[in-house]
Amino acid sequence: MESLKLMWDSLPYLLVGAVTTLEISGIAVLIGILLGTLVGLGRVSGPRWLAALLTAYVEVLRGTPLLTQLLLVVLGLPQVLHVQFDPFTAAVITIGINSSAYVGEIIRAGIQSIDKGQMEAARSLGMSRGQAMIYVILPQAFKQVIPPLVNEVVSLIKESSLVSAISLKELTRTAQLIGSRTFNLFPPLLGAALIYLALTLSLSRLAGVLERRLKVSD
Amino acid sequence: MIRIQGLEKRFGKLHVLKGIDLHVHPGEVVCVIGPSGSGKSTLLRCINRLEEPTAGTILVAGEPVPKGGKALDLVREELGMVFQRFNLFPHMTVLRNITLAPMKVKGMSGAEAERLARELLAKVGLADKADAYPAHLSGGQQQRVAIARALAMQPKAMLFDEPTSALDPELVGEVLAVMKQLAEEGMTMMVVTHEMSFAREVAHRVIFMDDGRIIEEGPPEQIFTAPKEERTRTFLKKVLNP
Repeated sequence: MESLKLMWDSLPYLLVGAVTTLEISGIAVLIGILLGTLVGLGRVSGPRWLAALLTAYVEVLRGTPLLTQLLLVVLGLPQVLHVQFDPFTAAVITIGINSSAYVGEIIRAGIQSIDKGQMEAARSLGMSRGQAMIYVILPQAFKQVIPPLVNEVVSLIKESSLVSAISLKELTRTAQLIGSRTFNLFPPLLGAALIYLALTLSLSRLAGVLERRLKVSD
Repeated sequence: MIRIQGLEKRFGKLHVLKGIDLHVHPGEVVCVIGPSGSGKSTLLRCINRLEEPTAGTILVAGEPVPKGGKALDLVREELGMVFQRFNLFPHMTVLRNITLAPMKVKGMSGAEAERLARELLAKVGLADKADAYPAHLSGGQQQRVAIARALAMQPKAMLFDEPTSALDPELVGEVLAVMKQLAEEGMTMMVVTHEMSFAREVAHRVIFMDDGRIIEEGPPEQIFTAPKEERTRTFLKKVLNP
């Protein structure tokens, strides 16, 4: 009962942290989707050297932990380059670029899942490769990628909690701070977990609605 | 209209076309028959360069088919193609399937493209399906839409790649009827098919291919009743009296 009250009392502070979490995630998702779409397109229809370069880009970003990447950018790079990044900017850019590797793979798989007869039909009608992509392939691929893309956004929101390690006062860090001030870590951390859950659940709901809307042609 | 000289195609070690010479005249209906794997479809797909020929030249309306770029797109506009598996765009209505290319490639206005599309849908007997999605149509209906879609680019010739092979037997007739009507209107057509009765009835010339070569060609009456080559006889015996 005591815990419940403590959790309730910490809620306003937690919500402030949640706003920061949403800001970080929102901007990072935008960066991730924009960059990732370019990565995916480049891997599917770019020249061979570009595809190879992007494959390496994806492998490196997926093959190293996000936390290490964050620490490298925030703590490591300044020692080498003698520039200090503002933690918020550093976090958003690092998470965004990290996410672009996963999004790139999702987009690539989505495009490649479309039957090659679709491209042939479009080209046989005189459409350029670009037109065929824009009007025929991508709209169909878009439908395919919604579920994995939502997964990616959900995991990005959760992984944004890693930035608490660089002292950015987002949701998890805020919960820790409240806990250490009251010497009772359980209530604020539980509160934080519930807020994460509320965020990710509403996102999956939204995706479900979008998916159903796009089902008319099936 | 279509002139093919010394056409060869290899897929790695596989020699699929071993020197094809063929001339399709304006208004002519040419049916290409032959066993599976004889190179019929590859021949057709080389004409609009869905497959890159390994050697040889292909002229369409007197001009060599360019290797790529805008110039190739222009030639493809002139050659309507109908595929075995229809390849309609599943995320678009029937109407939009037909109007897309005229609008985006030819710059036709939406109203004009729609008028043309409705006219073509009426021609293939599907005037009432304009707003349906492909998934809600039967295979025969989908293939007729695909024919209308190709015709909407007002091509000079039509290439049919086994247009009825993916259809249930009872749906074959409706597609062949549309193709026959098209032939009667004087469309230049090259048809890869297993429908011997269609070839016999509609073609001006039948080409028998086997193992990457044209073995025999001639008017349907001659090919079907008095084939000169042993391989043609064996093939026809198999398909006509299974």
